[in-house]
Amino acid sequence: MKIKVVKDILDANEQLAQRNRQLFDSNKVFAVNLMSSPGAGKTSLILQTIKRLKGKTRLGVIEGDISSSLDAELIARENVPVVQINTGGECHLDANMTSSALGSLPLKDIELLLIENVGNLVCPAEFALGEHRKVLISSIPEGDDKPFKYPLMFHQADAVLINKIDLLPYLKFDTQAFSQTIKGINQKVEIFPISCTTGQGIEQWVSWLLSQMEKG
Amino acid sequence: MHELAITQSMLDLVLKQAEEAGAREVGKINLVIGEMTGVVERCVQFYFDFISKGTPAEGAALSFTMVPTTARCQGCARHFELREFDWTCPYCQSDNMEIVAGKELFVESIEVE
Repeated sequence: MKIKVVKDILDANEQLAQRNRQLFDSNKVFAVNLMSSPGAGKTSLILQTIKRLKGKTRLGVIEGDISSSLDAELIARENVPVVQINTGGECHLDANMTSSALGSLPLKDIELLLIENVGNLVCPAEFALGEHRKVLISSIPEGDDKPFKYPLMFHQADAVLINKIDLLPYLKFDTQAFSQTIKGINQKVEIFPISCTTGQGIEQWVSWLLSQMEKG
Repeated sequence: MHELAITQSMLDLVLKQAEEAGAREVGKINLVIGEMTGVVERCVQFYFDFISKGTPAEGAALSFTMVPTTARCQGCARHFELREFDWTCPYCQSDNMEIVAGKELFVESIEVE
């Protein structure tokens, strides 16, 4: 007997993600899912963002890593509430892991929650966490061909940050071609060239972030 | 590597559907997978053989329908498959397009006894 199913394989994750989203909304938390390959600058971006918003916006951070709590320790030094999720081998965060971390955060005191996903350009694209926006960091040393190799990630991103632009004089990276490739398959995307080392472009990123928080 | 989580979700979904239908055994699972998801058939099969052991889906055949990444050109409205390193419309060379297929990841049907 053949049974017609036509159901999304990740339906269970989708439902949990929606529950997280409701929890965010009822606590007036704006959640951002930060994704990139390892070493592109997710933690550096979070630290830069904290620096700009401290005293203005109440932040919280979830750090997703396969193992270690190095990143969470860096964030905790800034006196920002942070929870470390160690996925224990899983290459991405999912809605369930996120949900379990939310219990350890003072959601009522958080306006902006930055969720640092596991460094990976493939797997995190598939798993919704309940976030309001997906932000992708792509850095100059990775090369400008990454959209062709990881199209789903670039297709879904609400914003793409091109990090480490202070290295542009030393590396071959065509920022314009890179941006057009992404915009070709993702017309809604905002692209910000930034450097977490020099602080260039961070102002524009932060003001976009604040404008998105207002939109919800 | 996300194949393990995806295969586990797929198996859970299939077992639930089979149970609801009062089936004893799942003989075949028909999957539809878009190219953009990066899901590798071989990996799904490998994990499936392992995690389905001892369940009514043990030994079920997996059938994969792979969907190529397809775009609709915003210049001339024609449909085309995205080439690996050249995302322009082969008809009018426009580089603005809407992705219309390739993100699929679902269980189309199951065959049970």
